[in-house]
Amino acid sequence: MRRKTGGDAVTISVWPDNKPLDVAAIRDLPEGERAEQLKLVAKQVRRLIVQMIDTARAGHIGGDLSVTDALVTAAFGVLNISPETADDPGRDRLILSKGHCAAALYSVLALRGFFPVDDLETFMKPLSKLNGHPNRLKVKGVEANTGPLGHGLPIGVGSAVASKLSGKNWQTFVFTGDGELQEGSNWEAAMTAAHRKLDNLVVIVDRNRLQQGARTEDTASLDPLPEKWASFGWEVAEIDGNDTAALLKAFTQNRNGKPLAVIANTLKGKGVSFIEDRVEWHHKVPSKEQVELALKELA
Amino acid sequence: MNAHSSVSNETFDCRVAFSEKLIALAEADPRIVAVCNDSVGSSNLNAFRDRFPDRLINVGIAEQNMVGVAAGLANAGFIPFVCAAGPFLSGRATEQVKADVAYSNYGIVLCAMSPGMAYGELGPTHHSIEDLSWMRAIDNLDVLVPADPEQTKAAMDWAVASGRPIYMRVGRHKVPSVTPADRETAFTFGKIDVTGDGNDVALVATGTLVSRAIEAQAILAAEGILARVLNVSTIKPLDAETIIKAAKETKGLVVAEEGVLEGGLGAAVSMTLSENHPAKAKFLGVTSFAPTGSNDFLLEHFGLTAKGIADAARKLVG
Repeated sequence: MRRKTGGDAVTISVWPDNKPLDVAAIRDLPEGERAEQLKLVAKQVRRLIVQMIDTARAGHIGGDLSVTDALVTAAFGVLNISPETADDPGRDRLILSKGHCAAALYSVLALRGFFPVDDLETFMKPLSKLNGHPNRLKVKGVEANTGPLGHGLPIGVGSAVASKLSGKNWQTFVFTGDGELQEGSNWEAAMTAAHRKLDNLVVIVDRNRLQQGARTEDTASLDPLPEKWASFGWEVAEIDGNDTAALLKAFTQNRNGKPLAVIANTLKGKGVSFIEDRVEWHHKVPSKEQVELALKELA
Repeated sequence: MNAHSSVSNETFDCRVAFSEKLIALAEADPRIVAVCNDSVGSSNLNAFRDRFPDRLINVGIAEQNMVGVAAGLANAGFIPFVCAAGPFLSGRATEQVKADVAYSNYGIVLCAMSPGMAYGELGPTHHSIEDLSWMRAIDNLDVLVPADPEQTKAAMDWAVASGRPIYMRVGRHKVPSVTPADRETAFTFGKIDVTGDGNDVALVATGTLVSRAIEAQAILAAEGILARVLNVSTIKPLDAETIIKAAKETKGLVVAEEGVLEGGLGAAVSMTLSENHPAKAKFLGVTSFAPTGSNDFLLEHFGLTAKGIADAARKLVG
């Protein structure tokens, strides 16, 4: 990805050697090695996010950085998603319900080869396919047109029902924010998923404890969150959501015939010290100096 | 003039035709599923459930979830018929209709059961009178109002063949057949069906009001006023050509619908006329939250009757 800053062309290195990553290779690695490789990918995704937001001078940096590890682990380490299988009816479905974190999704899809990494520099530019919230009709690999919150999980339930009806048995992973769970539609869908024993459905809650305006627990508290999902009839795993090894383990754990909720405890802004766990970084744009600092931390 | 001089006394609940047709479509096409909100009975889906138990997805009383689930099914190649009472489908799940169906361009048929004031005495909470305005405002969503059982079935055929995002009213209030016997198909997408060629006034109606407009046509004919009836079964996109032609060839138009006047069929006709051929018109619709009463009583209350349409036509012509 190249971007122009004050007339200077800056080249962003893409790991490794400016080429899309070979995801098949990562998925086939032994678990421990896989987690290490995923960490490297996550770091690359974080660098891309920071640079996209810098170029666009807009975006949702806090949530992008908190959900990165879970998104990368699912997309590169677990799920069957690739440009080659993008139209395969039996492909796994990755649904980003927290659609404002499109920069994280676009970075993952670009590194996976769904579109050129260079395209990331058009993020939110006039007529770009990379809208501020994802559009499945414009970007291959996007499964749902999200943005308004509380939409992804019902769509995921429909996908999981379809998986069983068709006998094709694909996995559906839905990534939600934690503040997003204040939308009632999630709990409508949670009931349907448990009632129908959708053990092919996983919801990953990016539990960074911050929403746009304040901490979740100071706004409309979600705790005890694991118990909420369990009481709805879901299998629950609560893990460090910025740890690729823990994520890998949770994504592949036994589900006991139930849908699985992974409560991924994360830091909003993870990886950039001055952004981490600070409410003002929901969609604040870093200054040029802060961008340089952030990229240094992510080197 | 080949107008109906009267309409038949035999009347039909369009949900019956809907149910029969849905089963026939599902027999022929494994992609077809029904998604509903605890409305198996009120959407007349019992027979469908008995025939295809796995293909009826009842999500419970949860309309946002219902439409989202349909989008997930459509993502996987299924063709969902989403069945729920009109007020709750259109009102409760508007954002899902916009984002998950229309903006996502999924072939989903949103079936608004018992629309208009079909729920009569249950009151305005259960009346679906804003739906045409709300749904018309959403880009990439076709809005259909079949006027009788034949149109309902033909519209469903079209819906499946087209793969379009569709909002369709399915009437509960019993209506006579209004489809002339000489038509090749009861429903043509985007085309208004014209009955009669009277040049005095055009009676533009949709759904339950079509048979009433045909009755008004007969009343007016007895007085020497010659009317044509325009059955608008596709509200959006509107057949502007037929509207403009009627405006050019008559002295004015009466537009009647079982819904609010802000943003519905009347508003669509009004904009078409203003931009293309300004004409005199009178708009009949539901002008307030309804008092207590049956569907028939309420149609009478708001002047949505053959007499009400004829009265409005006389004023335009005179």
